[in-house]
Amino acid sequence: MDDETIRIFPLGDSALTVEFSNTISEPINKKAIALANRIEEKSFPGFIESVPAYASTTIFYDLVRVRKHFPDLPTAFNAVKDIAENVLKTLDDSDESVSRTVEILVHFDATSALDLAHVSEARGLTPAQVIEIFTSRTYRVFMLGFLPGFTYMGEVDDRIATPRKESPRTMLPKGSVGVAGKQTGIYSLESPGGWQILGRTDVEMFTPAADQPTLLQPGDEVRFIAAS
Amino acid sequence: MSILVQKPGILTTVQDLGRFGYRRFGINPNGAMDHIAMRLINILLGNDENEAVLEMHFPAPQLVFESDAVFSLGGADFEAELDGEQVGNWRQIAAKKGDVLKFAGKIAGNRSYLAVKGGFKINPWLGSASTNAVANIGGFDGRKFESGDRIEINEQLISTKADPRQISASLIPVYSKFPTVRIIAGGEFADLTGESQDALVKQNFTISNASNRMGFRLLGYPLALADPLEMISAATNYGTIQLLPDGQLIVLMADGQTAGGYPRVAHVVSRDLPLLAQLGANDKVAFHLITGHEPEDLAVEFERELSFFRIGCRLQANLK
Repeated sequence: MDDETIRIFPLGDSALTVEFSNTISEPINKKAIALANRIEEKSFPGFIESVPAYASTTIFYDLVRVRKHFPDLPTAFNAVKDIAENVLKTLDDSDESVSRTVEILVHFDATSALDLAHVSEARGLTPAQVIEIFTSRTYRVFMLGFLPGFTYMGEVDDRIATPRKESPRTMLPKGSVGVAGKQTGIYSLESPGGWQILGRTDVEMFTPAADQPTLLQPGDEVRFIAAS
Repeated sequence: MSILVQKPGILTTVQDLGRFGYRRFGINPNGAMDHIAMRLINILLGNDENEAVLEMHFPAPQLVFESDAVFSLGGADFEAELDGEQVGNWRQIAAKKGDVLKFAGKIAGNRSYLAVKGGFKINPWLGSASTNAVANIGGFDGRKFESGDRIEINEQLISTKADPRQISASLIPVYSKFPTVRIIAGGEFADLTGESQDALVKQNFTISNASNRMGFRLLGYPLALADPLEMISAATNYGTIQLLPDGQLIVLMADGQTAGGYPRVAHVVSRDLPLLAQLGANDKVAFHLITGHEPEDLAVEFERELSFFRIGCRLQANLK
């Protein structure tokens, strides 16, 4: 990708964001994840954590420690920016870690699929067609956010992509599987939410007691399987 | 050794400096809103700076010491009374078994911290004692305190006498109901109209009553982007000031989500987050934009001064 489009800017005095673009695409997301992983492996004095998003990577750091270790640079921001730029130069397509494919069983019964009727009607399809289209694709986990373990996945087929609800529901059951435009996601916890709910899964997306507390990680692939 | 929660107060939780390393899984750091207040009183007590503390709001709890203990209060001033006697902030206080700690009124600020010498016994989750109120985990059973809860205190091997040592005045945040808070430009600051860039720093904003540990909503003359922006979700930070579609601003606070898709017009500098964190509904705030190495210098200078205080506390403790 063209490095000239990359923007690096402070996210407060203790973090910076490397923004690759403002679009959702798999190759760009792969770059964002690879950069986050490489920075984390490499680390540096004062490094706190790196967070990949759709098309950006944010690096959090302890600015006082960074300044102490890079006294020749005017700011910690400059030091971390240099580190990020150097890692960027060495990134290539082979850096992409092998993604896992995770199958998730989804119930599309009437009590789980709160908005299936609405989506079907809005898109001129039968509920069975919506389920068929929804479950025929493999979705990429672009990022996690909003809730512990909440995944932003894509891309949903244009035929069923539906904007989020005008006014969010005050409470959605844990495990609700929804779409918002071309995104799909799973409510890992009971939560307010505005996505169109097509079904519900019993799979635990968030297991606090586990060393790896979320089932899915950025870069994973997900297939939804309709429960019979 | 323990403290009994006789009355829970409106929102009393366990916090430390936060849970880091898990934002990529949607798990935000949480942690004390006023991190400077909690660090100061922990250092004063000879604790690790990251030792878990109680974060209290007003109406504040009523607590009973079930054993002798040394503690310290910092942050907001809620007119603390121990066994009927006023005790103040920023000093060591010795509590005797059976003493009752009450808070009579809200004098200044909105978040008060209580640290005990030796620390509270809290099982960490992912390396932190902070309460995650969304996932109901971390801190004390993942929730705010209720009447009848009992918080265990680590056994103290050293004396339960209060030490007269003090925190130098220059370290203690100067809270106000109308502070000027320093900010740095965010990734989309330049996308505001010129008029809105001015309006960000020339007007006073009011803290809306829809403000909590997740975010402070600000009420003011609405700001606007020069051109519509296509935004996709990206990481956010404590202190990130986002522009909402209606032109109003929200500042993400300690419990804010890990990611967001609104324009990031500015960020509050770490040094001034406590001033903002101590505000409540209807208080006001003004922003002052700083650039270059100045925001970092503020943090570096503060840490330097804090390190002198830390060394002083250790020396004093070793001399005993």
